[in-house]
Formats: sequence, structure tokens, C-alpha cells
Amino acid sequence: MNENNGNPLSESRESLWWLVAGPSIWFAHFMLSYVTAAVWCAKVAEGSASLIEVRITVMIYTVLALTGIVATGWRGYRHHRYGAAALPHDDDTPADRHRFIGFATLLLCGLSVVATVYVALVAVFIGSCR
Amino acid sequence: MTDRESMTQEERLAAPWRTPRGWRYFSAVNNTQVGTWYIAASFIFFLFAGVLALLMRVQLAVPENDFLSADMYNQAFTLHGSVMMFLFAVPIFEAFAIMILPGMLGARELPLPRLSTYGFWCFAIGGAFVCGSIFFDAAPKGGWFMYPPLATRYQEGIGNDVWLLGLSFIEIASIAAAVELIVSILRTRAPGMRINLMPLYAWYILVVAGMILFAFPPLIAGDLLFELERAFDWPFFDASRGGDPLLWQHLFWIFGHPEVYIIFLPAVALVAMIVPTAAQRPIVGYSWVVLAAIGTGFISFGLWVHHMYTTGLPNISLGFFSAASQAVAIPTGVQIFCFIATIVAGRFVRSVPMLFVAGALAIFVLGGLTGVMIAIAPFDFQAHDSYFIVAHLHYVLIGGMLFPVAAGFYYYFPLATGKMMSERLGRISFWLMFIGFNVAFLPMHITGLAGMPRRVYTYPEGLGFDVLNMISTGGAFALAIGVLVFIVNAVHSRLQHATAPINPWNAGTLEWAIKMPIRPWGLRSVPHVSSRYPLWEQPDLLQHVTEGRGYLADAEEGKRETLLTSSIDAMPTQCLRVPGISFLPLLAAVFTGGAFIFPVFKMYAPAGVSAVLALMVIVYWLWTGTAIVPEKPEKDVGNGLVLPLYSSGSESVGWWATLITMIGIMTAFFSLVFGYFFFWTIHENFPPDNEGPGVTWPLIALAASFASWLLTLFARRWNARDHGFRFYAAISLAAVLAVAGTLAMLAGPHFANMDPTSHVYPAIVWVLVIWTALHVAIGFLMQLYCIARRAAGRMTATHDIEIRNIALYWHFALITVVVTVAVIAGFPLMSGR
Repeated sequence: MNENNGNPLSESRESLWWLVAGPSIWFAHFMLSYVTAAVWCAKVAEGSASLIEVRITVMIYTVLALTGIVATGWRGYRHHRYGAAALPHDDDTPADRHRFIGFATLLLCGLSVVATVYVALVAVFIGSCR
Repeated sequence: MTDRESMTQEERLAAPWRTPRGWRYFSAVNNTQVGTWYIAASFIFFLFAGVLALLMRVQLAVPENDFLSADMYNQAFTLHGSVMMFLFAVPIFEAFAIMILPGMLGARELPLPRLSTYGFWCFAIGGAFVCGSIFFDAAPKGGWFMYPPLATRYQEGIGNDVWLLGLSFIEIASIAAAVELIVSILRTRAPGMRINLMPLYAWYILVVAGMILFAFPPLIAGDLLFELERAFDWPFFDASRGGDPLLWQHLFWIFGHPEVYIIFLPAVALVAMIVPTAAQRPIVGYSWVVLAAIGTGFISFGLWVHHMYTTGLPNISLGFFSAASQAVAIPTGVQIFCFIATIVAGRFVRSVPMLFVAGALAIFVLGGLTGVMIAIAPFDFQAHDSYFIVAHLHYVLIGGMLFPVAAGFYYYFPLATGKMMSERLGRISFWLMFIGFNVAFLPMHITGLAGMPRRVYTYPEGLGFDVLNMISTGGAFALAIGVLVFIVNAVHSRLQHATAPINPWNAGTLEWAIKMPIRPWGLRSVPHVSSRYPLWEQPDLLQHVTEGRGYLADAEEGKRETLLTSSIDAMPTQCLRVPGISFLPLLAAVFTGGAFIFPVFKMYAPAGVSAVLALMVIVYWLWTGTAIVPEKPEKDVGNGLVLPLYSSGSESVGWWATLITMIGIMTAFFSLVFGYFFFWTIHENFPPDNEGPGVTWPLIALAASFASWLLTLFARRWNARDHGFRFYAAISLAAVLAVAGTLAMLAGPHFANMDPTSHVYPAIVWVLVIWTALHVAIGFLMQLYCIARRAAGRMTATHDIEIRNIALYWHFALITVVVTVAVIAGFPLMSGR
């Protein structure tokens, strides 16, 4: 029943995983930041010791995460802009389904960027394991 | 002419779906019956927990009251919280979804009806057991989050075991519902219902079902550790033997916070259906609502530590969770703006459901705002464990869940019963509930800030709590009267009112094309969907459906059938025969219940017998009711569409169900692994020197399991090529190796004389090893099952669902073995011990 695989709009070339890519990167960034800080404070640092290594590490995570999210969002944006149709992407066509997944991916990446920056800000302001 | 031929097409369709009568009624598995039972049972539990709340409010109405003893008060608040959360809030969403989702998607039935029926019976039996305990003065009393060491060392009696085992049993129902709903949404949408046309309700339920897979298993893992400590003295949470009570808090809240959203999102999903109908226009910002559902689902997993702000974690950890707790307000707010925009943009039709929706939004926004306040750690330090929190959580849950559910109940009542509920009584009950709720809970913010702690059974006079508490009690009774009017309305309308016309609200979604009251088979025929609101945007669709001109208008072979479609574009792929009435799910639930309930009373032999009986029933159920080879390869489902009747591998629903279940089980496993590393972070010397299970036995277990996995894959291939001898040889050898793997796994800690009661290290190693050995052993039983199926001619080269599903299972079993061996044997080596 599937359409031709060479067609960019064929179902077999589409994936719902793109929707969750942005938030997944946010989650990975969040967990890595938390685990890094928690393990550092529990195993390496003594009580009030400096957190500078952790803070730099979190910043590196953040740059990587934001790069990943923005790249995913850009891909979503291009799908959203496929062809000429505008929102709300509710036509019964493979093209509108393609645009819808792209647009929803883009929105989720936007949210993920904000949420990632929120988490990263913690490492900007907090300087010790206390 | 046979009977079947002389029937009209509509009668032939109805025949296989007939609901059994008399005592056999309880063998029904259809989503409409099971959905009705589910709604009724959850509502009864709600009333029970509501009565407990009233008892508590009577106790607190005046200072130094002795209406309830301290002990009974502890039982009352523990059961109130636990029952509301586990037996009402989560199950009512499963109940609604089981009831209305197939109709909304244009399916005749859920793809795995017996699974959801089994889940329902587990829920009903477990729920009755947990609730019943209070009548024997044996209810749990450790609070709904059951913190150790209070609940492990300082509370005698079986109450906390009732909680742990009873609720673990009920969690089966949630996981079963999650599996069922995901498969249903992804694979049983009406032809043409592409992912961008799917009703928003389905989006929300898809997200929530996914969340359940990652949220409930950590609690199951936590319950396992907790019960091992209570029953066998394994010291996971006992600080004197290396354990840590905080591990429980982590596991509980990794479940507990997403759970709030597991409750909230399905309720707001009902709002997303009601609002467009009331506004008589499509939702504004469909994609934005999808964003809100998925975004909230994800971010809700980054909030759990905000329940643990006062446990002494480093500030930076609190900061991360505080940041995520602020961020979750964004998607939550987005959907509310979409609803308001829809109402503003449409021509608004006043109705009782909308009244409840408006009340819900008002209450929920207030609860959300106090939520943002307590997401800020320093504020929470002050408000923690006070009545401020009680006020906040009730605003969130009653605004975010109870009122939308009431709205949904009103809205879908005609679909379920064929009758409309009374407007006048509806308004009365709304205003009583709305005013009563606010009178009860608004003052609690002040009571809390004035310093009244939670969970105290009384308070001295003159601390400033007296009047506030009396007002709250008055409000609680007004709320209760509102609920009573609601019930009277439902019963009266059901008995007295005339049958409502089809689509009484003039809604746009497919479930309203069903002739009311809902029939077990749902739509008269399955249409091709080409819009988000087919009843509005496809003008002759209703006629097309009701005249039987769509797909599956007939059931020539007398079987229950529904369509399977592809997950993104809903292209038809298979005509799925779904199983019909059976007592097996009920019987399996009864025996599964025995396996969970007997251990509460330390009756391990009957529990073991029950578990074996449950296994036997389940195997019989699988043998007789699943992967049935059809009498012909394909059939015409109408309008010239010919579809296969059988498919295996990733095309089959069983494969999807296996995959989804295994994701949940892996989450539970990784929660245990998390426990191991959690203990590593808190100890200087972990794993302790020279105390581990060694390397030899774990490596033997790994080698045997790996070989067993590989041979299972070869067996799959040789079965597909119809090489009978090679198949039997490979799978038999695989089974032998699985037994070897199981035993070798257990041999490690056994021969190292690791005593799980001595310290947390041997205890956590034993748990990982037993968990893994059990999964390899289950893989062994599956291999035997495949041998038997092929020998009996029920599995062939082309009809190979069984071997494909067990191969999938074995991938996960092997991952479990690899991770366990890496942790128990590899990690000590790596850390130089």
C-alpha cells in the first residue's frame, strides 16, 4: 500500500521520532547536567568546594544540546515550508502531513531551546555544592 | 439458506458483537462494556475516597476534636490520597479512553480487548482489596508516598504491605492500558485519518500512554525494593546497613511527578474535544496543542526533585529542577490560550460541559500559579508540608482533573447511555461544586501560611486555624452535595429521559456518527476520513456511515473485526480479527491477584500456587486466542478493498504490544540499576572490596544468554524458510542455554555467599541478578511455547507471529543480561575492587 519510496513525501520516509527529537535532547541535557553535578558533589567535591569544572561542563553540554535542537528545528522548518500551503496543515494530503510534522517539530524545538537555556542558567548562577 | 445468510447485513454485523447475558455478562471484553465497568468502578472508588475526606474534614472542623483517633486519621488520609490517585484519577482516564477512543478513531474495538479486560479486573480486585483494608483497621498509614523509614520501621501491621502489593498489582492495569492505547492510536485509525488529522484527544492519550511506560515502572521497581525490605529485611532504605531512604523518594517521585501530568493531560484532552464543539469551529492552533501535549509530557520528567527540596540535596540540583518546573508552565499555558482563542473565535454555545470547562480553567490556573510559586525552592522551604501545599495540589487536581472529567461525563453521557443529562440539575451541581470547592480550599492557603502542617489529626485552639478550618469543612460538604446532585442527575437522566438524537451537541468528530446509545461494534460502517472534523467538513459522511456504505459494514464470517492501518498516513494494512467474550482475563486477574495479595499475609505458598495458575491461564489464553491462522488469507472489507487477515513481525499488533511492554519493563530494570549507582554515590567504599559475585559466573551467564539469543534468531529464520529440523534444533538448544544462563546468573552471588540482609550491596546485586534470571527464564518458557506451537501446526513458515515476538523479547532480555553483568561484574573491576 505504501507509496513509492523515492517520493520525498512517501510514508516510509516520514518519522514521528522527529517530533520528540528536540525534547529528547532537552531531557538528555537535563539529566547529564544533573548527574554530573550530583556525582561531582557527592564523590569529588567536599561540601562547599568550587563547582567551576561542573559549570564549564554544563556549558559544553548546553552548546552541544542547543546545536542539536536548532538543527532539528531547522529541518522541521524546511518541512513546514514545503510547497506553498500555509497553516493549519489540515489537508488530506501527504504534503500537508509532511508540513504538519515539520511544524510541530519546529515548535517543540522552540520549547526545548527555552527549557535548555533555563537549565543552563542554573549553572551560571550557582557556584558551590552547598 | 443458512441462518447467517437470511439475516440482514446489519444483523450479521451485530451478531458476533452481542453482549453476553446473565452471569456470562462478566465474560464481556468489548471496549464499551469494559469502559462502562471501568468508569463505574473508578467512580465508586472516588466516592469512597471522598467520604474519607469528609471524615477528615469533620475531624478537623474544631480544635482538639476526637471524632477520629490519630491512627484512624492516618489511615484515612493515606487511603484518601492513594485511592484518589491510583484508583480514580489514573483509571478514570483509562476508562474514558477505552470507552470513547475506538469510536473517535473509527475503529470497531481496541486491538487487544482481552488485555484491557485483564487490566480492568486487576484494577477492580486490587482496588477493592486496598479500600477494604480500612474496615479491618488494617489500612496503610504512611501517607500516599509511603516514606521510609517511617513506613518500614515505625509502622506495625500489614497496612503498608497492602499499599505496596495492592497498588503494584493495580499498576498492571495502567501498563496494560498504555500498551493497548498506544497500539490503538497508532494502528487502528480509520483509513485516511493521517497523523495531521487525528483528533487532539488521541494525541494527548498517545503522549500519556507513553509517559506511563516511563513513569510507572520506577514505582514498580521501588515497590519491589520496599517490599523486599519489609518482608525479608533487605536493607535498601535502612541507613544503618548502607541503605538510604532518599532512594525511595527518588523512585517514588520519578513516578509521582509525571503522574500528575498523566492525570492532567487526559482530562485536558476532554476539554480539547468539548471546546471546539461549544465554539462550533475547529480548534485554534492544533499544532500548538500537539506541542503542548508532547512538551508537557517530556518536561514533566524533569520535575521530580521539586518534591524533595527540603531533603538537603546540593543547591545546584535543586536549581535544575526548579528551572524545569518553571519551564513546564510554558506548554501548559499554551494549550489554555488555544482553548480561550477557540472560544473567542467561535460562536459560543452555552452548555453544562462548557460551564465545567470554564470552572476547570479558573481553578486550574490558580493552582498552576501557586505551582509556579512553590517551584521556587526558597518559597517551598517555607510552605513545604503545610496546608499551602494541600491547597495547591487540590487546585491543580480538581481544576485539572475532576472538573474536566465532570465536563467530559456530561458531554459523553448521551453517547454511553443514549440520554442527555438535565441542564438544570447540571447547573445546580456545578455551582455547588465550584463554590464548595473554593470555600473548602481557598482558605487552606492561609491556613498553611499561618503554619498548620499537613497530616496532623488535630490542632490546639487559638493558633489562628480554628475559623479557617471550620470554613473549609463547610465548603467540603457543599462540594460533596454538588457531587451528590451530579449522581442524582446521572441516574435520573438515565432512567427518565427520552433518547437523544444522533450527534446532540453537533460535534465534528467521528465518535458522534455512532448510533446512540453506543453499540459494541461502534460505527455502522467505517468511513474514509479526510479532515480533522469529519462530521463538519465531510457533509455526506454521516449518511454514508449510517447507511453502511463504508468499510466492514458486514461480518460475513461471524467474527469481530476491525481495520489496521499504517501509523502515519492510516493506509489500510490488515483486517484484524479481535477476540471475543471470555472468562480467561477475569480468571487470570483473580490468580494474578492471589500472587500479589497472599504475600501481604506472608502466605508465600498459596501466592506461588496462584502465580503458577495465573501463568497457566495466560498460556491457555494465548494458545487458544492469539495468532490464529485464518481460514483464508485475505478478505474484501467493502468498496473493493481487499486486506490480509494475518500479518506478523512489525506489521502485527502483538509485535507492537511486545515492544511497548518491553520498553516499560526496561524502565523498571534501569530504575534498579539507578539504585545500584545511587548507592555508589553515597558510599566511599562501594562496591566493597572482595565481596562481589566475581566475574566467572556472570560471564558464563552472559555467554549462555548470548548464545540462546543468537539461536533464537536463527530459529526465526529457519522457521521462515520452513527448515523444520533446523528450527527445532536451534530453539531447543536455545532453551537449554537459557536455563544454563538463568542458573549461572544466580550462581554468582550464591557461591560468593552474599547475604542480602547484611548490607545493601549484596541486596542490590541479588535484586539485579534475580530480575535478570527471571527474564531469561521467561524467555525460556517462550522458546518452549514456540516449539509447541510449531509442533501443533499453529505456527508455520508464513504464520509466524509467535517466533517473531519472542525474538523481539529476547533482544530486550539480552540487553538486560549485558547491563547486569556489566554492573555487577564489570563495574567492580573498573573501580579497582
